[in-house]
Amino acid sequence: MIKTLRPKLELLGNELIQKIIDEAYSILENQGVFIENEEALDLFREAGMEVDASSQRVRITAKLIENSLSSTPPSLKMYDRNGEIEYLLGGDEVHFDPGSVAVTILDSETQQERKAVTNDLIRFARLTDCLEHLNFQSTGILSTDVSEIVSDSYRLYIGLLFSKKPIVTGTFRVEGFEPMHRMLVAIRGSEKNLAEKPLAIFDACPSSPLKWSNLTAQSLIDSAQVGIPSELISMGMTGATAPVTIAGTLVQHVAENLSGLVICQLAKKGAPVIFGGRPVSFDMRNGTTPIGAIETMMIDSAYAQIGKHFNLPTHSYMGMSDAKVNDAQGGFETGIGTILAALSGVNVISGAGILDFIRCQSLEKLVIDNEICGMAYRLIEGTAQRDDPIALDLFKDFAAGTQFLSMPHTRKWYRDEHTFPKLVDREPYDIWVSKGRKSITDRAKEEVESLLQKIPPLLPDKDTQKTLREIMLSDAQRNDMPSLPEIDFL
Amino acid sequence: MNNEEFLNTVKKAILEGNKDEAVQLAQRAITEKMDLNDIIENGYIPGIQKVGQLWEEGEYFLPELIMSAECMKAAMKIMQPELEKAQIDVHSAGTVVIGTVEGDIHDIGKNLVASILSANGFDVIDLGGDVKLETFIEKAEEVSANLICLSALLTTTMTGQKKLIEILKEKGLYGRFKVMVGGAPVNQKWADDIGADGYSENALTAVSVAKKLVEK
Repeated sequence: MIKTLRPKLELLGNELIQKIIDEAYSILENQGVFIENEEALDLFREAGMEVDASSQRVRITAKLIENSLSSTPPSLKMYDRNGEIEYLLGGDEVHFDPGSVAVTILDSETQQERKAVTNDLIRFARLTDCLEHLNFQSTGILSTDVSEIVSDSYRLYIGLLFSKKPIVTGTFRVEGFEPMHRMLVAIRGSEKNLAEKPLAIFDACPSSPLKWSNLTAQSLIDSAQVGIPSELISMGMTGATAPVTIAGTLVQHVAENLSGLVICQLAKKGAPVIFGGRPVSFDMRNGTTPIGAIETMMIDSAYAQIGKHFNLPTHSYMGMSDAKVNDAQGGFETGIGTILAALSGVNVISGAGILDFIRCQSLEKLVIDNEICGMAYRLIEGTAQRDDPIALDLFKDFAAGTQFLSMPHTRKWYRDEHTFPKLVDREPYDIWVSKGRKSITDRAKEEVESLLQKIPPLLPDKDTQKTLREIMLSDAQRNDMPSLPEIDFL
Repeated sequence: MNNEEFLNTVKKAILEGNKDEAVQLAQRAITEKMDLNDIIENGYIPGIQKVGQLWEEGEYFLPELIMSAECMKAAMKIMQPELEKAQIDVHSAGTVVIGTVEGDIHDIGKNLVASILSANGFDVIDLGGDVKLETFIEKAEEVSANLICLSALLTTTMTGQKKLIEILKEKGLYGRFKVMVGGAPVNQKWADDIGADGYSENALTAVSVAKKLVEK
């Protein structure tokens, strides 16, 4: 059989990639980066880098960047809560997860944005858990019924309880790392087990242009030291916090991500790092940060290509929309982004469910996007030669009236060759009318409720639940929150 | 160049966002002892007003807007000492203390608002990014500000806006300074919920909101 070609999108030529990388190196070496974290600055000093203490500016040599790149693992494996299912990040592997972090949820009844509470987070985690094409979950919504100080650890707490999938998360405060790490250790049983079988990815965003805040630099260091993969989320806005040209933003993106990667490697050689981002084509009219812009997706696909050039695992925020409701824009921006991301072979693609510039998570959109992800998976599977000869045997007895529906060949292959989305409308018009003229959002709403009714949550064992609760409660109590919201199912 | 030609050149410099030219013209007006009040009222201000109009019409985008605002600021800075010397009172639209709240170093939106307010005649004290809440209040008291503008890009730092209002209340200063909030995760409802006086969705509407608040 002829080997199946994996369809692939590459936006940049090698010459341009090399030029972008050269300029990024030059910026790090000559202009440097600002790092507002003493521990990180000390690491650079120990590595012999020139550190300007008063401005907290570090210049990074090409040699240190090269060394850091060579000590970063080209791939890594994530594991589910039980430590059984393995997910490879590297090469052109593709895993989807819901975008994060939303501050509102699109209310199922009113289809309007509102603040989310614990029960929304639970529904979100449970739903993510049963959606086939989302391999990972994310701590994708903020809960407003707990103190905002513990909103980072609380979202992880709910996610770990209600979904067994690996989780993309991150800290909002330096102190958030400790309870969050302890929760992950509680699931795995020991720090060693957690390091061997990572359950969570921590996102860390530099502040463009070329700055790591105290919080994000600390997150890189803390994660590296305990073996938690860090996802570097450079987020330049073209023409605002980064050069206006796509190639110019890529130069800065690469420089920012490389500086983060160096911090991780200085904190612990061999620490797992994911080359990610959330850059945008800044909207010069509204001053907004559209994720659905085609130029945003071009930057995403291109930096992922550069990440691959470095032989690193990759991530991007793609497959989401700036629309405010589940309308045509919501669908087409998500569809375009998801397909481009999959074709670009991005390892972690964060986006499902998201509307309104990552402000809003919609459960209806989450189940719709799951189907888009399914289509993307089918696309990158490519076109296979299933038989040899491909089709000649089927035409042996060719005559007028030959049809294929009753052939064993059809039955044998149709489920492998074709996918069957559940929510997409492919019914004849009259049947669609007779079923109440439902839009995909109507059908998605029913699907959300049906899945949540049908599939009970798979909670960790009672002891683990108790430990998680203790960690969460003590974090809350340290932050003037005497008790936690009541949680169903526990 | 007669006076009218000079005023047109000033307008053009602002309209095209030509900073060097705008500054040189201001310098020339000073050197040649022209009537600065006339130059400002009939040259610089109509220039920036035209920029605003082109923005409204969808002709100008943020880069044009911000460059013209910067031009205006730079030219005014040159003329300010002369105006003071001549005791010409250029009417200030109000004094504004602006910054991005603690924990948040994203200041692009805040910079836009600061520039545009300043171009529209406000005295703007820009505290920068990652500003301690107390600093806003101390500065506002020091300069007898009319308005405190708080920006937040992160969902986690927007609560700083709420806290600032709480601190103002605790200190009995609530109402003394008007508080305007903005930033990507912020909306009118949030502004209402936390008791802010004003909210602006973008840098342009910030001007009219600020003017209204100051007039109150």
